[in-house]
Amino acid sequence: MHSNVPFMVKLLAIAGFGILYIPVVMMMIYSFNRGKLVSVWAGFSTKWYKELWSDDVLLTALHNSLIIGFSSATISTILGLLIAIAFVRFSDFGGRLFLSLFASAPLVMPEAVTGLSMLLLFIAMEASFGWPSGRGVDTIMIAHATFGMCFAAVVIQTRLRNMDKTLEEAARDLGGRQPFVFLSITFPLILPSVIAAWLLSFTLSFDDVVIASFVSGPGSSTLPIVIFSKIRLGVSPEINAIATLMILVISVLVMIGGFMVLRRDSEK
Amino acid sequence: MDPFIRIQNISKRFGKLSAVDNVSFNLERGELFSLLGPSGCGKTTLLRILAGFEKPTEGYIEIDGQDMANVDPADRPVNIMFQSYALFPHMSVSNNIAYGLKRASLPADEIKVRVEELQRLVHLTEMGERKPSTLSGGQRQRVALARALARRPKLLLLDEPLAALDKKLRSETQFELVNIQEKLGTTFIVVTHDQEEAMTLSTRIGVMDNGKLVQTAIPNEIYEQPVTRFVADFVGEISFLEATVKERIGKHWLMDAAAPIHAIGDKNLKSGMKVSLAIRPEKITLTPQSTGSLNEFPVDIEDLAFYGAGTQYKVIGPDGMKLKVYQSHNQPSQANSKKLEKGFVHFLPESIIILQG
Repeated sequence: MHSNVPFMVKLLAIAGFGILYIPVVMMMIYSFNRGKLVSVWAGFSTKWYKELWSDDVLLTALHNSLIIGFSSATISTILGLLIAIAFVRFSDFGGRLFLSLFASAPLVMPEAVTGLSMLLLFIAMEASFGWPSGRGVDTIMIAHATFGMCFAAVVIQTRLRNMDKTLEEAARDLGGRQPFVFLSITFPLILPSVIAAWLLSFTLSFDDVVIASFVSGPGSSTLPIVIFSKIRLGVSPEINAIATLMILVISVLVMIGGFMVLRRDSEK
Repeated sequence: MDPFIRIQNISKRFGKLSAVDNVSFNLERGELFSLLGPSGCGKTTLLRILAGFEKPTEGYIEIDGQDMANVDPADRPVNIMFQSYALFPHMSVSNNIAYGLKRASLPADEIKVRVEELQRLVHLTEMGERKPSTLSGGQRQRVALARALARRPKLLLLDEPLAALDKKLRSETQFELVNIQEKLGTTFIVVTHDQEEAMTLSTRIGVMDNGKLVQTAIPNEIYEQPVTRFVADFVGEISFLEATVKERIGKHWLMDAAAPIHAIGDKNLKSGMKVSLAIRPEKITLTPQSTGSLNEFPVDIEDLAFYGAGTQYKVIGPDGMKLKVYQSHNQPSQANSKKLEKGFVHFLPESIIILQG
């Protein structure tokens, strides 16, 4: 079959993938560089990976990022699922169009705007009833959950809209009631999109710099913020090593997600 | 005695649109009733009202003496077999069938026995562990049937049960469906747009047009004595002739159409009334020569189609009057009809259906 593909198309495909992945591969290779310079190869070594484990600032930031990622992705997914159900299954409530525009606005809003408005909200809240006291992990988590929720809602809505509604009616006809019908029929069938939504929210949270820098406080820096500030002092192969690890973690997650979606679809 | 199922003055309006318009009929226990009509005539909406998914705007439904007005679909003694079958794709065949039984909180071993019984009934004993996606269309249909029967409903609704099957499988399944229905004695309402299917399946047929139930009768009566032009046209082949009532001659009415036609009708006809005369193709006889019969006139043969057991002709009579004629090949020496270009048709006065309005 591939013999039918014109040469130009092949070339473009190779060029496209090359532009995407050659820099990443280069970065990964240089994470094993023995020397201190990022662009001069001085032999193979894993010393930068060992050094990572003794860098407390980085480890704290990684810890923060993971906690924020897991919790905000979970909150985003739950809220996104509720939004999706409301929009798809209860489609005729008043102000639906208005709400759906509002729910998707953060998708296109500049992150700086989201970050700033969140910061102003947190300050106003602290001034009026004392919570949250200062900025920290909790404020980043809330900001990320809000942001991720919109993405999660879009992902889950698509799947839910494509799901055959008569399946739910059949379950109801056979004596099923809510929430049982949801748990036994709807949820298992939209599960791939729920997993995808969680992974997406996690990834968005895990590599966000802009919003996090607005709403983070002392001691709550996330991994991307730390990397960002380190780069200002010059890039060291240590950064390459962290980045390589991040890519590994995220690719594993994406592959698990993709695998689950594929397996579900092949059952259909 | 009260009827088993009573459907009284059911109407369903969506805004100004009347999807179901004042429909009433009763069913006896064990009937196989077909709701026949073209798509968009409201038959599926009526089915959904019976299942409880739609609330009727007006009307009353009673099943076995129980008013259904405020009964949730989950609690109705009614189950539905969807046109798409709506099998749960993530569950095995036996779990699909068991779904309704588990909701009825039966003990696990009884559920197992019932599921096996149902699988035997629809000949799917070996398929219990399979997922619906691995089954053929016919097998899926039978899983859907078994699942819908599992709770032993008093009324089973079937939405176009055979529409998704290919033609050969369809006739086999048709008989299977009737067998199962007779074996269990469950009351069935089948929704279909296929008049042949309705004819062969049902004990009675209700023909729907534009939200209204226009005629309810046994299949034979629907075919032989349609009450409106719509029913006559929708069920089987038929030709219409526009005519004016002229006068009463003995038992016959003399009609003024393109040719004078004698018809029998005990309706309250008056001379001068405009009527439609309808006649089935198989009630018309086509002959090469005139036989001197009543209701005979010369025709030109415009077109013919050979069906094996018979031939269908399109003929044009006096004044451009168009008729469909079906001649069965029941005689060994049929005239070689291909060469026939002109001929005579005649039919009995009692073969004519007089439709007013």
